[in-house]
Amino acid sequence: MKFLSAHRQKLPIATQALNPILEKSRNNRGVSDGVFRWATGLSAAIIPVGMLGLIIVMLLNSHLALKEFGLGFLTSDNWNPVTQEFGALSSIYGTFVSTIIAMLIAMPMGIAVGLFLVEWSSPKVESFFGTAIELLAAIPSIIYGMWGLFVFAPFMADHVQPFVNEYFGFIPLFDGPPLGIGMLTTGIILALMILPYVSSISRDVFKMVPSVIKESAYGLGSTNWEVTKYVTIPYALHGIIGAGFLGLGRALGETMAVTFVIGNSHRISASLFETCNSIASTLANEFTEASEPLYLHALVALGLVLFLITITTQVAAQLWLKHLVRKAGGS
Amino acid sequence: MEVMAPKMNKINLNMPAYIEEPEYADIAMSVHNLNFYYGENQVLFDNNLDIHKDRITAIIGPSGCGKSTHIRTYNRIFEMYRNQRATGSIYLGDQDVLSQSVDSTLLRRRIGMIFQKPSPFPMTIFDNIAYGMKINTNVRGSELAGRVEDALIRVALWDEVKDKLHSSGTDLSGGQQQRLCIARAIAIEPEVLLMDEPCSAIDPIGTAKIEELMLDLKSHYTIVIVTHNMQQAARVSDYTAFFYQGHIVEFGDTQQLFTNPKNSQTEDYITGRFG
Repeated sequence: MKFLSAHRQKLPIATQALNPILEKSRNNRGVSDGVFRWATGLSAAIIPVGMLGLIIVMLLNSHLALKEFGLGFLTSDNWNPVTQEFGALSSIYGTFVSTIIAMLIAMPMGIAVGLFLVEWSSPKVESFFGTAIELLAAIPSIIYGMWGLFVFAPFMADHVQPFVNEYFGFIPLFDGPPLGIGMLTTGIILALMILPYVSSISRDVFKMVPSVIKESAYGLGSTNWEVTKYVTIPYALHGIIGAGFLGLGRALGETMAVTFVIGNSHRISASLFETCNSIASTLANEFTEASEPLYLHALVALGLVLFLITITTQVAAQLWLKHLVRKAGGS
Repeated sequence: MEVMAPKMNKINLNMPAYIEEPEYADIAMSVHNLNFYYGENQVLFDNNLDIHKDRITAIIGPSGCGKSTHIRTYNRIFEMYRNQRATGSIYLGDQDVLSQSVDSTLLRRRIGMIFQKPSPFPMTIFDNIAYGMKINTNVRGSELAGRVEDALIRVALWDEVKDKLHSSGTDLSGGQQQRLCIARAIAIEPEVLLMDEPCSAIDPIGTAKIEELMLDLKSHYTIVIVTHNMQQAARVSDYTAFFYQGHIVEFGDTQQLFTNPKNSQTEDYITGRFG
């Protein structure tokens, strides 16, 4: 206190001497502060404004279809530009089924990769694989699509599908012509595309498991497998689910790679070997052909459906993460 | 005492001064020339120590002197980490636990460990205790439930948790969590219990309960406790080893070490001149 009051007494003299300079610099700083605040504020405002604009434009450009078909747009699988009848069900079905296949493959694989990197590999191996995974995420989706169509689909047609058909053909899912392209191939390509996300997040959450918990488990005579199964995975479970949401978001909206390999036919088929379509692939394929206003509006309505699906999963993911943070903060 | 007297004269001055009572038959663990390295960095130097059966041995010393590192060799938990290495031998009975022929998983069933931070598993209170038995034994069903209850009773936690056995172990208070961890360790009946500063993250009341518990447990278990709290070592232990910079400076009967230390460094430490 003594120091403070002494300081305060001395202060006016010093300020007086420096006054002109101080005033000037303060003015400059005030202006740049204001500019900076407005610049950042405007940039930030673009996000909600853009989002709102997007929704408005989509509604404006799809109202014909929404008015014409109502909820039937979601429940009909009849998509016929010639008769001007449009139902989104086959696209929605294709979007979900290809995503589910991708998740079924990518989740266990991604978790396995994460576990391998954290629990089993040396730091050198970990950094090598870590970089490789990130590179995998950086490959443009069109490359996946081309590779899928020209390399992977023929491989599926020549080797995988005939084999699966012969031994598992009694299951309707695997009963169908070995076309190479189709739902299963799409699911596998999508799995490859989301694998980097799932594995790098799994790696991060496995790293967050406190070593004292693992030491306790080993200290009770657990084997590596027992520690993984009973301690590491349960501990990291919330984070793994978060990784799943992220992969899900990516797989649902993926367009280019899917369009290349899905076959683009409007139908719902029990067989995973059959060609089909997804919302994104339909949009990519048919926008150039949409000459009639209703056709165009139906496509935009399809886009709106996809938008709602992805936004729902993102919101769910955000809520989940919040729940996760709250839980971590509470304990 | 008189029989032992000639032997005492032969004690190598570089070795820790062993206690004078002839209790050699009651040695649970015996450490010989233990050296420990983090990479190239040696942190333990020729540690020699006998751990007495069904007694509490305290390991004291300033931070970073190698206390925790020392007991982390007993159950080879350090092997979880690359570039950590121990040489020398540690006998549990007639087996050298550092020998690669000893299965570390089986070893850790015989030597339980309690850590500085309470570390309940992400599962229910019941499952936390049952975990060790599930992985190590064929005990199931009502016998398992009985043993879980038994372990919780022994750590005086039963009355506090009996109505919420199936809620998460992480919801308990710090002191309760630590007693849960002790119950989890003793549920598989280890021979030795290693405690690495078990009270450092716990409030005074929880600490008092755990100290009381240790005194109860020593009739069945050999306990080694690392602590930076000298009063705690004086209160609970029968024997005390004083570590300084990776060396065991002095080892002996707790009362003797605290009241009449043989080494001037020990005296400086216990009188609070450093550390």
